[in-house]
Amino acid sequence: MRKVGLLLLGLGFAAAALVAIAGRAAAQGPSPSDDEVNAVAKQLYCPVCENIPLDVCPTQACAQWRDTIRLKLSEGWSEKQIKDYFVEQYGARVLATPPAEGLNWLVYVLPPAAFLVGAFLLFRALRSWRHAAAAAPAAPAAQVANDDPYVRRLEDELKRGA
Amino acid sequence: MTDGQGETAQPASPKRNFGIVLVWVAVLGLLAIVGVGLIRTQQGPAGVGSKPNPFTLRAFDGVEYNTAELVGQVVVINFWASWCKPCEQEAAELEQAYQQFKDQGVVFLGVNYVDTEPEARAYLERFGITYPNGPDLGTRISQAFRIRGVPETYILGPDGRLAHVKIGPYTSLGEIAEAIQAAQAP
Amino acid sequence: MLANVGFFTIVVTFLVALYGAGAAAYGTLRRRPALVDSARHAMLLTWPLLSVASGCLIGLLVSGAYDIAYVASTTSSAMPLYLKITSWWGGQAGSLLFWSWLMAAFATAASARSWERDREFLPWVIVVTMITLAFFLSLVVFFENPFARLWMTVDGQQLKALFQPAGAVPLFPADGNGLNPLLRHPGMVIHPPMLYLGFVSFVIPFAFAMAALITRRTDDRWIRITRRWTLVAWLFLSLGLILGGRWAYDVLGWGGYWGWDPVEIAAFMPWLTGTAFLHSVVVQEKRGILKHWNMVLIILTYSLVIFGTFLTRSGVLSSVHSFAQSAIGPMFFAFIGLTFVISLSVLISRWSDLKGDNQLDSMFSREALFTLNNLLFMGILVVCFWGVIFPLISEIFTGQKVTVGPVFYERATGPLWAGLLLLMGVAPLSVYGRTSWNNLGRAAWKPMAISLVVPLAVVLLGVQNVAAVLGYWLVGLVVAVVAYEFWRGALARRKLHGEHLLVALGRLAGRNRRRYGGYIIHLGVVVMALGIIGIEIYQTETQGTLARGEQLTLGRYVMTYDALSVFDTADGKSVARAVVTVYKDGRNVGELYPRRDYFYASQQPMTIPGVRSTLEDDFYVILVDWQPIGTQGATFKVYHNPLVNFVWGGGLIFILGTLVAAWPERDPESARRRVPARAGAARA
Repeated sequence: MRKVGLLLLGLGFAAAALVAIAGRAAAQGPSPSDDEVNAVAKQLYCPVCENIPLDVCPTQACAQWRDTIRLKLSEGWSEKQIKDYFVEQYGARVLATPPAEGLNWLVYVLPPAAFLVGAFLLFRALRSWRHAAAAAPAAPAAQVANDDPYVRRLEDELKRGA
Repeated sequence: MTDGQGETAQPASPKRNFGIVLVWVAVLGLLAIVGVGLIRTQQGPAGVGSKPNPFTLRAFDGVEYNTAELVGQVVVINFWASWCKPCEQEAAELEQAYQQFKDQGVVFLGVNYVDTEPEARAYLERFGITYPNGPDLGTRISQAFRIRGVPETYILGPDGRLAHVKIGPYTSLGEIAEAIQAAQAP
Repeated sequence: MLANVGFFTIVVTFLVALYGAGAAAYGTLRRRPALVDSARHAMLLTWPLLSVASGCLIGLLVSGAYDIAYVASTTSSAMPLYLKITSWWGGQAGSLLFWSWLMAAFATAASARSWERDREFLPWVIVVTMITLAFFLSLVVFFENPFARLWMTVDGQQLKALFQPAGAVPLFPADGNGLNPLLRHPGMVIHPPMLYLGFVSFVIPFAFAMAALITRRTDDRWIRITRRWTLVAWLFLSLGLILGGRWAYDVLGWGGYWGWDPVEIAAFMPWLTGTAFLHSVVVQEKRGILKHWNMVLIILTYSLVIFGTFLTRSGVLSSVHSFAQSAIGPMFFAFIGLTFVISLSVLISRWSDLKGDNQLDSMFSREALFTLNNLLFMGILVVCFWGVIFPLISEIFTGQKVTVGPVFYERATGPLWAGLLLLMGVAPLSVYGRTSWNNLGRAAWKPMAISLVVPLAVVLLGVQNVAAVLGYWLVGLVVAVVAYEFWRGALARRKLHGEHLLVALGRLAGRNRRRYGGYIIHLGVVVMALGIIGIEIYQTETQGTLARGEQLTLGRYVMTYDALSVFDTADGKSVARAVVTVYKDGRNVGELYPRRDYFYASQQPMTIPGVRSTLEDDFYVILVDWQPIGTQGATFKVYHNPLVNFVWGGGLIFILGTLVAAWPERDPESARRRVPARAGAARA
């Protein structure tokens, strides 16, 4: 009877151990592929090199950073978490665009604002020029906007003194 | 170059003046910004005699070190990285210097520049470094010292001012000892 | 000896240029024509002198005189002859000399014309060109001397100087470092000269514009004189940019051709204002308006050329392209400051002289559409400039370093490019002068309707991306409109002259080079746009480590890793060359040979991709060199780039169009005939 009890206990331990190992393996998952790493690395810039995205940077340091991404991915970190981690470690320059906070809002706001201002100024200028044209003494309106190339060619030939 | 005589009589409207002022402000503003940028690039690393802003370093073991609290002691700040080959040349000597001077109240702080923690720890273990080392989070510390690369070492005197700056690896223990002793002297 | 001659010649040229500028200014202000003539002779001297200096440098480069610092740093004995010659512009000092040589050449060429009608322009053109030349020569003379020798001081320090410093001995290195491996590519050989040609030739229209402003001859004479210069400058700049992109694609190994790097943008900005300028001068010639704006544009273009050169060489911005830092930054800054302030002052003081007719008949007229074109180009310029300057602003005001990357530029300029494509389709159908929304609509609806076939077809074929559908439609629209214009014109000629259709087409373009050359350029642009849409929206990539015999899949393609050979070559490098076989839809479509070159002297690796190019797509394979390369395992990165070859093909069409537009008129009178203001029917 005791032997059966010991056997059962042994089996129980074995089962528990197997479950624990299987559980750990399941939590880690398969190692992320190069493509998955690159998908995140593409959005980051090398912290030391000048303006090189992390997925194509050839230096040893960049290789270490890509391995860090691989490790974090295998631990289940999301893309956003990884990017936040990189910003915390290496500063905002690792991101491909400035984070939209504080002074950085200016980056995103100024170009559209400048374009609208330009469009407004252009519209005003065109309008005032049009009014100047309308107010000017009537010019020969007979010159109709006729762009028929045939007529154009004909006029050319006539001008050339056929 | 300008022939200023004989301007056509055109009353300067306030709108036109405003436009001119705006354009000048923009142009001079741009020049100012670029000028300041240029000065900064021409500026080398933090120089001897300057007083860098205090910073906090959180070492890998969790202990925090604030340079403001370390005024009165000589502080050796060494920037390094595990991917930096020249840093390895001075690693052992730095540890020896630490052992030699730690009883005299000299503080050694290793600032790990844009590195990854597992590799950094492996580097520290490889060279048996026991003085505190921590990551330069957000590259704030290295920006404050305007470092150009690694390794670089900055030694603060007891007055909080930079007594010694070394760009590149130290070549010998003697060189480090000399620098520290010079910083200790009033 | 050669080095001393070279340097001495440069110093003389510097003094001659200064004299030329001074004499011309003084001579015209004090009404001493003899001085102006003397200044002209001085200007004519600069090019022969600089040719001598350049000849000396090339002689030293080719003969391997490694005691000269520049020769040692940019050449090595293993390099082939043609590369040694191109080292002339391979480093900072030599490229400044090259710039100066080009400037002298163009100043001479610009002055080789009959000045009878424009006597008053000549002195100021000399002043502007000679001051620019003197500036670049001053950089060479005082800071970046390509003829400096290497010396070793007693305490082991290496120095660069022309004449022996006290206590130093000359160094005679056995060999040089050689050109950066990345620069040893045919594209890299032509790309810098093209860019410099573009930059330098834009100085000429600027010089004439300044001359016109200062002498108050603010009609469009200066525009007519420089019309061809502007077109040629624009051609070279465009070629330089396209070649740079092609080089990046071939050699840099990230599967792309434009990274929105600050230095790339610095070369791109003058192109933007230059293109806007090309269009708006047409409006000034036709209708006499936009005089102020054209002045602003040419001043902007020149300023951006100098500013771009400054950004590239001063180290103010972080970029992959930067030259090594040097002391010329502050000099450039001073020159830029002077340029901005003086041009702005002159423009403001002459503002009222520029008053044109300032009459516009309709918001839908061609001239109004051209102003819209300018607005869009300026919008793109603002995005580019702001993106380049902002990291500097952020660092100064908040201490935080940020990166402004491609995503920002692509998203911000995308809609603007789309607007430009639309304009390219609509504007040719518009007319000058009095017109209306109805007229424009009537002219436009047929080509528009025809072009809708394209998005329809494309959606039916399975394209779902909205931006792509829109892009394809716009490309189709422009192609339809350009074809329509050629068709109409050729048909009318055939009716009038009974010419065969092909002859009619040829004569049409020949008689109206600017207009039809312009249409061909637009065609080239949209073909490039097609390629850009393909690669930007539909590029896919994958990376994997393969052992020999294993395979990688990307879309319809499968690639197997067959073999690897590692060997040394005669020009000092170790090559690892992989053989891969590519299968498309299961069918074998060929072998590719991606390789990794490692240069021993400079310890630099370079990856050359293996590429299978068809009109439909590129299959682009890189041997990743930061992982071990062997038959047990080699890492490959593979890109699939659809339609990318349309970019290069479009570039060729583009160039062809510019040649047509710029070709000298057989009949000079027909070119000069002006269309009086307010005329309705217009030819280009």
